[in-house]
Amino acid sequence: MRREVPLFITTVAGLVFAVSYFIPHFPFGASESIFGDWVTIVQAFAIWLGVLNLLKVSGERIMRRSPQWQYSVIIILTLLATLVVGFSSGYKGIYANPQHAYSDTGTQFDWLYQSVYSPLSATMFSMLAFFVGSASYRAFRARNIQATMLLISGFLVMGGRVPLLDRLVAPFTTHTIFSDLANWIMNYPNAAGQRAVMIGIALGIMSSSLRIILGIERSHIGGGS
Amino acid sequence: MLSTIATVLMTLIGLSLFYVLYLTIKGRPVERRMVFLYIGLGVMLPLMMKIAPPLPITSDVQKLCDYIEKLEPDSKVLCAFDFDPPSAPELQPMAVAFVKYAFKHNLKMIIMGLWPQGPQQAQLAITTALKDSTVASHSHVEGVDWVNLGFQSGNEFVIQSMGSTFKSMFPRDTRLIPYDSIPLMKNVVNFSNVDFVMNFGAGKPGTIEWVQLGVDRFKAKLGAGNTAVQATEVYPYLRSGQLVGLLGGMSGAAEFEKVLNEKGKASTFLLAQMFGHAMVMAFVIIGNVAYFVLARKQKNSATNA
Repeated sequence: MRREVPLFITTVAGLVFAVSYFIPHFPFGASESIFGDWVTIVQAFAIWLGVLNLLKVSGERIMRRSPQWQYSVIIILTLLATLVVGFSSGYKGIYANPQHAYSDTGTQFDWLYQSVYSPLSATMFSMLAFFVGSASYRAFRARNIQATMLLISGFLVMGGRVPLLDRLVAPFTTHTIFSDLANWIMNYPNAAGQRAVMIGIALGIMSSSLRIILGIERSHIGGGS
Repeated sequence: MLSTIATVLMTLIGLSLFYVLYLTIKGRPVERRMVFLYIGLGVMLPLMMKIAPPLPITSDVQKLCDYIEKLEPDSKVLCAFDFDPPSAPELQPMAVAFVKYAFKHNLKMIIMGLWPQGPQQAQLAITTALKDSTVASHSHVEGVDWVNLGFQSGNEFVIQSMGSTFKSMFPRDTRLIPYDSIPLMKNVVNFSNVDFVMNFGAGKPGTIEWVQLGVDRFKAKLGAGNTAVQATEVYPYLRSGQLVGLLGGMSGAAEFEKVLNEKGKASTFLLAQMFGHAMVMAFVIIGNVAYFVLARKQKNSATNA
């Protein structure tokens, strides 16, 4: 029963979603709506599961005094601080006149978001520019035909998507040659390549889904053989 | 003054790249920290410069603007903010430009997010737009002219459920006011009651999910603003006509600002991106020239030996 029940649920849910796309009437339409709501609820629980897991993992690191356990203290403290500030801002907002949201401009939560979260996460992402710069100097080499083609197209798109190359040739022509060329690359070779990838992925998803719905693929219920 | 200093410094930095090329050809590549410094300065200094590079308007942006401009006053626009602060430099300027335009032309915005940070970014865009003197003169009211329904977990299933009723996914707005008590949401049941959907997306869930469910299934008219990385994946949907138009990355945002005549940060940021790209391209050229010169030298020395 431990294997049969999950397999039955998987099959029913998979079939409902597949059939309801083509027959959006009762009972498939209604069942799809119910399953859709369940997915939303399960995903909301997954967020809490993530929070609890973070607390467990970080707590264990602190208890064991694992290397760099101090960072785990910071994680737990910031998590709790964000929760407290969020709930506090929301509570104040409900009883304020006019009523406002926990995240509205001027709330403590908004300050936390704008002044701490935003700069920190943006900093992490912006470091990518430095690594791309370093990689372009040390690694992007025209070693063969394919690499050369990739390099040239990348070069044209990089220079054409911003008004860089057009600016350089501006004294000689009024036409935006490089911008047009970059747009052509994006609209034709890129779109064609993306379509090929999308069709491949779609076929893969269809075959995998069919295997799961029919109970041939059972790795998602775990337990091994 | 500051602009002149920045321009002179950028010129000097550009010239110094020839020395980097010389060193690299000599087999003494510059340290990684030096490359980082070049990139850092290449992005920062242009923020102080006052150059207006030529900016042709692409058809993808023009189509979107044409569609938005055809929307009648009081049209209801569903705005999905599906991004977070790391993508904000590219997406926030286009979001601000869109919100400003919507306020000025009396388009009613129903804001939501499939990313937890999305509604917060929307709130920031609203606050920025309301500081504009023209927008402020219209006295917009939350709940009447715009509503922030907040975040809902469930990714594409949220869109699917919204196909039946918006209320099932968003029973209250971020101020916890019940859906039925929000004046703007009166007579808004599902996608058939909104005139346009605008998605600002940085990944999954994002524009692709909105196309697959919102457009294909519920026949919504969709426009999108994406990061440059994400935009490449969205082009097939643009070519097939499933997207009304597309704002791709910083250049898309700057073009959008230009067409809508909403001066914003994208034009300045585009200059920084332009010089950032120039640095990367310069390093690609230096690396490859040095690679081929050294390879030829090694080949010659091997032949002589």
